Amino acid sequence: METNKKIRVLLAKPGLDGHDKGAKIVALALRDAGMEVIYSGLHQTLEQIINTATQEAVDIIGLSIMSGAHLPICEKLLAMMKEGGLDDIYLTVGGVIPFQDIPKLEEMGVAKIFPGGSSFEEIVAGINELEIKK
Amino acid sequence: MNWHMNRKRKSVPDIKEILSGNKFAGARAIRLVEDNDASAFDLLKGLYPHSGKAFIIGITGSPGAGKSTLIDALIKEFRSRDKKVAVLAVDPSSPVSGGAILGDRIRMQRHATDDKVFIRSMASRGQQGGLARAGKDAVIVLDAMGYEIIIIETVGAGQTQFDIKDIAHSTGIVTIPGAGDGIQAVKAGIFETGDIFIVNKIDKPGADESLFQLQNMISMKNTAKDQWEPKVVQTLAQDGTGVKELVDVFLSHLDFMKNNKIFKEKQTKMEKSYFNSLLKDLILEKVLGFIKTSGEYPEILSKIQSGSIDPFSAATLMSDKIVAREI
Repeated sequence: METNKKIRVLLAKPGLDGHDKGAKIVALALRDAGMEVIYSGLHQTLEQIINTATQEAVDIIGLSIMSGAHLPICEKLLAMMKEGGLDDIYLTVGGVIPFQDIPKLEEMGVAKIFPGGSSFEEIVAGINELEIKK
Repeated sequence: MNWHMNRKRKSVPDIKEILSGNKFAGARAIRLVEDNDASAFDLLKGLYPHSGKAFIIGITGSPGAGKSTLIDALIKEFRSRDKKVAVLAVDPSSPVSGGAILGDRIRMQRHATDDKVFIRSMASRGQQGGLARAGKDAVIVLDAMGYEIIIIETVGAGQTQFDIKDIAHSTGIVTIPGAGDGIQAVKAGIFETGDIFIVNKIDKPGADESLFQLQNMISMKNTAKDQWEPKVVQTLAQDGTGVKELVDVFLSHLDFMKNNKIFKEKQTKMEKSYFNSLLKDLILEKVLGFIKTSGEYPEILSKIQSGSIDPFSAATLMSDKIVAREI
């Protein structure tokens, strides 16, 4: 059969920060780039994110974080992903990310980091660089 | 060390794992059939004999009628009755980019960590056999995983290529007070589709009028004794009002179908439409592939371009030749 593959992304907002305009706009940009975006809403616990990513069989988890808690959140989520056998999923993070934290996130295993000011083109190109379809 | 650089190649899940209800394996299987992966047919072949046990409910209605919130409440009610519940929430793909935003599960996230609940969003994509095919493929996986209740959420009824009746045993149509009079319902053709009409958001003015109009329309339709007469249920999904009654009505519809031999008839019809869409997909792919590699295809194409034959006669000629096995 002719394959009909699309990149599936879970966009999630962990924790207590209540601003999701950015996440919604990124969702639109990814859709316009031909991806399927599952948006799971505000205030997600890491358990919910793991369970949702499992059930939706996504290629990428994209976190949107404005609260400043990106380091502990990404560290914990990556550990849970490894533990839960989700090591075929890439973790990406966007939002308010100070530049000095980028190497720390990369070191941890975050695949792509999109700090405030990243353009849609940069985000789409970054995801395409992961060569998921291959 | 970037551990994601060493990630495993995504593998085809083991049938046994799927049958044992492993969510990771089941989710992978749905992904593979949805992607039309080369492994899809073998997976489905292995799972099919283990399907056919679930009660499949379709929930449809216009955007904003509260379908997702209602399904959230239905999950809660079915869970309180100790049923394993799966949801397949279908949203349209963008015809321009082919992408999609799938947001139905926002309203159901409180169930995301429940062991006995599985929620999957699905984009309609450009499936050749229509969504009925992709939806049914996913339902087979969920059914084989052991979910007793499978709820399919979709927009629109009777007006899209996706006929929910082809994959659901019982269809609920969600409407809200003030969403048009009875004529709207007749016009849209939803009376042929709906088994249960749900007036949601009954805290809004006009809830009783909507109820009466629907009941009126139903009473005007002469339903034979051995046929199900559609029911109307009022709900306020947000606080759960009427949801227990709604579940009772869905289950009584199932009993009615079983007691009146409608269930088997329905299964047969659903199987037939699934087979037809599979056949259509395969024939289209194989025959088109065959035609395109034959020498006649470019020949007739250039004739169309030069104007020596019109596309209608050309298509008739080619398909006739295929049937007569002259190609």
